[in-house]
Amino acid sequence: MIEGILIGIKTALSFQNLLMVMIGCFAGTIIGMLPGLGPMTAIALMIPITYGFDPATGLILMAGVYYGAVFGGSTSSILINAPGVPGTVATSFDGYPMAQQGKAGKALAVAAYSSFAGGTIAAIFLLIAAPSLSKVSLSFRSPDYFGLMILGLTAVAAFSSKGNFLKAMMMCVFGLMLASVGQDTLSDIPRFTFNTMNLSDGISFVLVVMATFAMSEALTIILKGKDPTKAAKQISLTELGSIKLDAGETKKMLKTIPRSSVLGFIVGVLPGAGATIASFLAYGMERNFVDEDEKQKFGKGSIQGLSAPETANNAACSGAFVPLLTLGIPGSGTTAVMLGALLGFGIQPGPRLYETNPEIFWSVIMSMYIGMVVLLILNLPLIPYIARILAVPRTFLIPMILFFSVTGIYLMSFNNFDIFLMIGIAVVATILRLYDFPMPPLILAFVLGGLMEENLRRSLLISDGSWAFLWNRPLTLTIMITILLIVIWQIYDSLKSNRR
Amino acid sequence: MKINSVKIISLLFFVLSAFYLYSAHQIQVFSFDEDSPFNAKTFPIYLGYAGMFFSGLKLVLPDRNPIEVETKYLEFKKTILLVLAVIFYGITILKVGFFLSTSLFLVLSYYFLGERRWKLIFIFSFPFVAIFMYLLHGVLQVYLRDPFLKYIGIMG
Repeated sequence: MIEGILIGIKTALSFQNLLMVMIGCFAGTIIGMLPGLGPMTAIALMIPITYGFDPATGLILMAGVYYGAVFGGSTSSILINAPGVPGTVATSFDGYPMAQQGKAGKALAVAAYSSFAGGTIAAIFLLIAAPSLSKVSLSFRSPDYFGLMILGLTAVAAFSSKGNFLKAMMMCVFGLMLASVGQDTLSDIPRFTFNTMNLSDGISFVLVVMATFAMSEALTIILKGKDPTKAAKQISLTELGSIKLDAGETKKMLKTIPRSSVLGFIVGVLPGAGATIASFLAYGMERNFVDEDEKQKFGKGSIQGLSAPETANNAACSGAFVPLLTLGIPGSGTTAVMLGALLGFGIQPGPRLYETNPEIFWSVIMSMYIGMVVLLILNLPLIPYIARILAVPRTFLIPMILFFSVTGIYLMSFNNFDIFLMIGIAVVATILRLYDFPMPPLILAFVLGGLMEENLRRSLLISDGSWAFLWNRPLTLTIMITILLIVIWQIYDSLKSNRR
Repeated sequence: MKINSVKIISLLFFVLSAFYLYSAHQIQVFSFDEDSPFNAKTFPIYLGYAGMFFSGLKLVLPDRNPIEVETKYLEFKKTILLVLAVIFYGITILKVGFFLSTSLFLVLSYYFLGERRWKLIFIFSFPFVAIFMYLLHGVLQVYLRDPFLKYIGIMG
């Protein structure tokens, strides 16, 4: 392990990779700050660029963008009460009231310190947990992987979009359908290509991510342009106040950070839970821990009310890497995008990544620490300047997003069929978004589609067509029972609320 | 059952899944693979059934959180114009080349979205694309196809 850590430090501290972390954090902060654009969009826009680098550098750049975007999302939550991502909604509960009281600088500092601490503590947990889990997961077989992938999809559908389980499951199936287009990997038989050569290689992952996130988000912003509930209430973006914290405030944060980090990391590891649930749980938990005086301040500008969700959402981001790096199964939409990018590099994350590509495994973990430091020392002093980006008019912002999306796809294939396909998918995604059909399950399913089919193929061939592989091994059986319980509970929940 | 937009989307998804299932059955597999426990159409067939199952449930069960979209607040005109601009961009990018088509796309998009500051529109279109192309083509050595710039002798 020590050897691996040293390899990771050496790779992460190379000039090129350090530069990538900085660029990633900076670009991620800017993109994540723009309301409506979250880490998935930020990473999606970066993917075409990362293909120009080696896998370790590409992944380090994406990890930097990820952290930067989460941090940027907090900034827009605090300054204009417009969370860039669902994971920073809880941040706005106390962050925005602080900004309204003229303490925007202080709120941003609390968010930055909490993010740094949460991310760093969780990265230490990741350092300890990932190698051990990698060894355990080597005993997993195809039926277990198949079960885990269904569990991941079901959990994302159940937890990431409360009350929309069936819509999320429909999106999962839609993602799997899109992934099945093109030649079958084993027999090379064309499927759903409608006799066009343009579809014989399947639909590009970058195309689907760009269409369902970057492009459809841009179109949704324009479509909802007149919606009065979406109008951002502006506070001064130039007079943010001091960023210094006094001893009392620091002491309060020191109590909050450890418990929120542990909670955030555990929630992040669970498939489907992620930063949003982590931040809300941490907010609720912190409210129960604080004294009566502080409890009264929750929702009106409490330091602990701001620190808890910020710590937890960053810890959850690190936690989300555990299933990705050790099992090769992403637990969230964002890590699904990263998995897709890794597969594009020809790398299959999973238990063997630890042995076959230690430089990637460890350099990603090490770059997390560096990313946290960069966010703190580079972004915090620059926040008053970066925040002015929030004032960029949409008339310029939206065409730029569309331009980067189209260019990203064009540069990969030099084929305008892909551009038209992207527009088609983006328009469908925009309509679906309007009616609350969630997009992360679609992406997760699209990325997992090939792997799921492969593991189902192996399982069925080994068991000679019998579905008994689903309950023959205790581990697979446990996974399947969990899936069934989630599905039955969600359907029962829908029926119960309908009767009410 | 109350008909709303979500139900209509679910119905469309049900039809899509049924069509997908039909197409999955039409996939031609090798004769020796026909009776194999798993072939190229096995997974798509299950997907078709899964799609019909979930969309069918959504259709049958009453809506827990009915979504009310206030169409009067939606900017259909701007969105459609923007989509048309992207289609136009897609059509012209191969024939006209990257520089001209991208610059025109940006000008059109800014205009459609209500921007009328022509100085800014110009700066963030033609010079912006030129700098972007220089960085991509000149610095990062990424190939960019541009028949127009080639014709006037700027690009090799």
